Amino acid sequence: MNSKPRLLTILDVVTVLLLLVASYMVFFYAPQEAVMGDVQRVFYFHVASGWVGMLGFIGAAVSGIIYLIKKDRKWDIVGLAAVEIGIAFIFINIVTGSIWARPIWNTWWTWDPRLTTATVMLLIYLAYLMLRQGIEDPDRRARFGAVYAIIGSLSVPLTYFSARIFRTIHPVVIGSGDPSATGSFDMTPMMTQAFMFSLFTFTFIFIDLFWHRIRLGQKTDHVEQLRLKTME
Amino acid sequence: MFISLLLQEGPADTTDYMIAGYAVIFGVMLLYVISLWVRNRNLEKDLEVLQEIQGEDR
Repeated sequence: MNSKPRLLTILDVVTVLLLLVASYMVFFYAPQEAVMGDVQRVFYFHVASGWVGMLGFIGAAVSGIIYLIKKDRKWDIVGLAAVEIGIAFIFINIVTGSIWARPIWNTWWTWDPRLTTATVMLLIYLAYLMLRQGIEDPDRRARFGAVYAIIGSLSVPLTYFSARIFRTIHPVVIGSGDPSATGSFDMTPMMTQAFMFSLFTFTFIFIDLFWHRIRLGQKTDHVEQLRLKTME
Repeated sequence: MFISLLLQEGPADTTDYMIAGYAVIFGVMLLYVISLWVRNRNLEKDLEVLQEIQGEDR
């Protein structure tokens, strides 16, 4: 296997530095929200995690389309990497949302359209990982994964727009949402800067983790092929 | 609860929830990075063993 590219090492360092700066902006630069207090600061990385999760799932769908056109297994590796990262970050998104909801909505959980669609989306992709495990033939597994990721990606716009098209208590900070949403707030310019920087940082985190996960997938494939060759 | 938040004079004391939220965020990210590292290390070991076996076969 190839040794770690220099650019990836640089990306690791830049990503860690960006995360440090984003954390500083969230905890010290952005002002405390007047009503909710400190728990509002969860919002910055909560939304950014949702962004990364959705990037992952859309990335998996794009990889799936390319795989079906080119029939090259490397796109299956890319798709799997994207789904795995998407799952980790949507999990963060859902759990932090629940933690925020406890003092603001006075409940850990409610079957609101946004929370429900996000949970269904997470379950769809957890099922993707589980179902892949049950398919032995690599080409069949890749074909299944590609089709599943394309169909599963329909849950991404559904989740994103659920807070905009259905009656919901989930606040919409960007654009207009349901006026009955509980926990909405107007962002000050410093809050907006912290928010935008968090999104920027998490995009770097996604790229960095994605690259590492693709390399791991390539290595797994290489070991698997060597193992088959040894067994022959 | 939200109404009581609106009626209060200063911001609500929700620091514990913020700490819990960020513990989850950094915790899950750290666990994921560790899982990548562990899986990579295991693959390196497998690769070494397989290359040894292939060398013996030759």
